[in-house]
Amino acid sequence: MTNLIIIALGAALVNNVVLSQFLGLCPFLGVSKKVKTAAGMGSAVIFVITLASFVTAIIYKYLMLPLDVAYLKTIIFILVIAALVQFVEMFLKKYMPPLYESLGVYLPLITTNCAVLGVALTNVQKSYGILESVVSGFATAIGFTISIVILAGIREKMEYNDIPKPFQGMPIVLVTAGLMAIAFCGFSGLL
Amino acid sequence: MNKCIERLYNGILKENPTFVLMLGMCPTLAVTTSALNGLFMGLTTMVVLALSNAFISLLRNIIPAKVRIPAFIVIIASFVTMMELLLEGFLPSLYDTLGIYIPLIVVNCIILGRAESYASKNPVLPSVFDGIGMGFGFAVALTMIGAVRELLGAGDIFGFHIMPDGFVPVSIFIMAPGAFFVLALLTAIQNQVKISGEKKGKDMSKIGSGCSEDCMNCSESGCSSRKFYDADAKENGEVE
Repeated sequence: MTNLIIIALGAALVNNVVLSQFLGLCPFLGVSKKVKTAAGMGSAVIFVITLASFVTAIIYKYLMLPLDVAYLKTIIFILVIAALVQFVEMFLKKYMPPLYESLGVYLPLITTNCAVLGVALTNVQKSYGILESVVSGFATAIGFTISIVILAGIREKMEYNDIPKPFQGMPIVLVTAGLMAIAFCGFSGLL
Repeated sequence: MNKCIERLYNGILKENPTFVLMLGMCPTLAVTTSALNGLFMGLTTMVVLALSNAFISLLRNIIPAKVRIPAFIVIIASFVTMMELLLEGFLPSLYDTLGIYIPLIVVNCIILGRAESYASKNPVLPSVFDGIGMGFGFAVALTMIGAVRELLGAGDIFGFHIMPDGFVPVSIFIMAPGAFFVLALLTAIQNQVKISGEKKGKDMSKIGSGCSEDCMNCSESGCSSRKFYDADAKENGEVE
């Protein structure tokens, strides 16, 4: 149990997926203009990463290791993730329209997101079991959601600020992200 | 042959993937803690890009248009796996430093972007040179960013100590926040160039925002644009 808590804290805060691993930067910078959309993106990421870490962990343990094809993990994982996202999208559209309405917009954006593949590969690299993989995936996604929502909140306030012209747009967002990364460095004492 | 040289020039200067197009930001930020890491990451990407461009160009008339993106990804992933195994075998220390960012070359939008916008439409030789040019441009950019961060953060360049003894390294520059600050400065310079270029009436539309502007309106060819526009329309509909 302690083991799982340490994995969760490490993945969500100490090694935050965006602010210290630099994975999933595109949606982090691109979909963080409003808190509402950022939260939507965050929940879609939680959904997909948790599911993807579960499925890839099962495939790795029961299919790739017995067949001795662990070296094909990059190819297999990316195909599994892409297929999974498509499948989830179709499933939600047909059986859970309300959920699809709120998450559907963001699902295609996640397919080639490096965070999803990154988490699946990290789980294998650290030789996590299935439960550990799911916990680590879920916590990583929570970390993503925390940081994207915070950034969106800051950006909403920043809209009214008088920013030097060359720094308008992306540069000031990156400075903000850098300052957030400094704050998140403080968590490294946690474990 | 002229076309090949033009491709090299295009990739290294005119459409430099990092400085002009702003693509592939995740590895750019993550591995540029030193000039050497940046250089090796760039070179690895260059090899993958040149080989995948060559193969995709060879197969461009065979791959059906509908399944081209998955087909490209499989080709790219195969070359990335090959590079990964080679590095693990011959340069184990480098393999450990770059770690997870080697397999993540698969999802680097430069590679899929070049496959989609150039290699799938052009003959083999120019495609290979396009890959080399773009990859080399990427390597140069990563090395430069790495050198700046290493110089400020550790006082070294390529591992050689060059700053005077009185210099206190600003170690934050080789940590995660430093990457964001360096990139912020880079995009600010880019914005300035764009603004002053437009004042003089030059066409600056090539200077892109890459994936950094707005995922919902992504116009880069690497991202499957149709879906992004669908998503955008839906989002607008919801607001109205």
